[in-house]
Amino acid sequence: MNWTAINVTFQLATLTAVILLLVGLPIAYWLTFSQWRWKFVIESVVALPLVLPPTVLGFYILVAIGPHSPIGRLYTDLIGHPLPFTFEGLLLASILYSLPFAVQPFASAFDQVDRRLIEASWTLGVSRVATFFKLIVPLSAAGVVTGIVLSFAHTLGEFGVVLMVGGNIEGETRTVSIDIYDEVQALNYAGAAQTALFLLVISYAVLLAVYALNRKVWAIWPQK
Amino acid sequence: MIVEIEKALGARFHLSAHFRMTLNPAAVMILFGPSGSGKTTLLRCLAGLDKPDRGRIIFNGQTWFDRATKQYVEAQHREVGYTFQEYALFPTHTVAGNIGYGLGALSSAERKQRIDEVLHLLQLEDLEQMRPNRLSGGQQQRVALARAIARRPALLLLDEPLSALDAPTRVKVRGELRDLLRRLEIPSIVVTHDWEEALALGDEMVVLNDGNVLQQGTPQHIFNLPKDVEVAKIVGMETVIPGRIAQAIDGLVTVEAGGVKLLAVSQDAVGSNVFVCIRAEDVVLEPVGAGATSARNHIPAVVKDVISMGALVRVDLELGFPLSAVVTRSALEDLHLDSGVKVTAAIKAGAVHLIPRRSAVPAL
Repeated sequence: MNWTAINVTFQLATLTAVILLLVGLPIAYWLTFSQWRWKFVIESVVALPLVLPPTVLGFYILVAIGPHSPIGRLYTDLIGHPLPFTFEGLLLASILYSLPFAVQPFASAFDQVDRRLIEASWTLGVSRVATFFKLIVPLSAAGVVTGIVLSFAHTLGEFGVVLMVGGNIEGETRTVSIDIYDEVQALNYAGAAQTALFLLVISYAVLLAVYALNRKVWAIWPQK
Repeated sequence: MIVEIEKALGARFHLSAHFRMTLNPAAVMILFGPSGSGKTTLLRCLAGLDKPDRGRIIFNGQTWFDRATKQYVEAQHREVGYTFQEYALFPTHTVAGNIGYGLGALSSAERKQRIDEVLHLLQLEDLEQMRPNRLSGGQQQRVALARAIARRPALLLLDEPLSALDAPTRVKVRGELRDLLRRLEIPSIVVTHDWEEALALGDEMVVLNDGNVLQQGTPQHIFNLPKDVEVAKIVGMETVIPGRIAQAIDGLVTVEAGGVKLLAVSQDAVGSNVFVCIRAEDVVLEPVGAGATSARNHIPAVVKDVISMGALVRVDLELGFPLSAVVTRSALEDLHLDSGVKVTAAIKAGAVHLIPRRSAVPAL
């Protein structure tokens, strides 16, 4: 098995999940509680990666961070090297690609929280931010964990976006799924099978954890 | 406290509430009205959970809301204690955790002390470590109150505090709540549509219907002297019938209603059209041919129906107009009351309440 690829993949998935936790919670909070009438526009943008082919998404990200775009030029000026075909570029692409997998479970969990509980917290003098961490997040624990785990698992298995934005650089951007593809191209079915099985087992274990956790949390605090 | 607010809810409903409340000495104000009258919306505006469209709310010299000067104090900074109809206890916290939830500004020792005080005050000591879903309705209600008063609010807002309880518990908790409100000496506003609750808890009362304040006064005053037929119907006056004043002597009038002459206390002139309002509690039933009593009205009546109301029984009578009386079970047995039985209905002149009626008012 290609342990370097596995290492890259897990680093990418972990960082993606952590960053999506930090970025996704405020986005989900806003999507759930904002009264803005054009909110659906942002909701649709966040959900776009669910329906777009990864190559399309990857293509736009590549163009957006490429040397001809302002973002790409700014990054090159600041850091000293261009963003495409690096781990950082791949990380940015993964975050965008997995955004709905984090935000949607967060938002639907927030939506389940009884508004009166939130209002009760406010009348007890607790600020909106403190209410979010003291009450909304604990009550949405299952949804928050689901979002983190799904974005982690989704990143583990991504292929098209990686190929478009990251390329296939050993130790930098070659992830497990790319490695499997390479092995098959080289007609090394035994190697591909090993890595594929590894990915299957990990993904299944992650989903098992999510479903088991959801059951447990609902059993302790029936929502209604 | 000065409340003068307007708020539209959707296209159909418009709340327009103007009233004042005395804060010193701390009084219990009842917001009374049928469901959909705007009581809860008004309470939410006072708590800072809903924002009025227009007007102002001034509490103890502090402007909570003023559309003209764009002042608005958020719920977090109003120092109110609010209880929700279904209590809204935090399922993730224990009873003690719920009570201490809003006490983040205190040191942990002070917080512990305050929680213990409130637990003791509401007799919740044994339930300290329980989760809300393990509590009975009455216990949840006490925890909700405990949580609301833990921060020593300047104003207590209770939204239908007893409505989620079953009838026997409600009567018990109502007594406890009354004692507690007396002891706390925090100005309180209690939303209810139950006249017994209003009479038991309130020092002051505001009657709301369709988003409008119809009458303000002491609960007793409003129940006994509803300003008009609308208020009378809302507060649950059992008998409201049209009549006409036939005679007036020294503040006592004879009013004709449904072919019956009743003596009432009124300053209305002869010939005035009125509504005659009689509460079922004020009607005494006597066997036919009983001796004289202090009641001035003795009217022969026939029992139409007998309806059980728990410990009491409502007796519907026909005496030229329909009239309801409320008696105890033992009285029912002693008088052998049943459909078709003839009795005499005795009503004191002071209990026959007359509300001036314009001919434009539709008959009931």
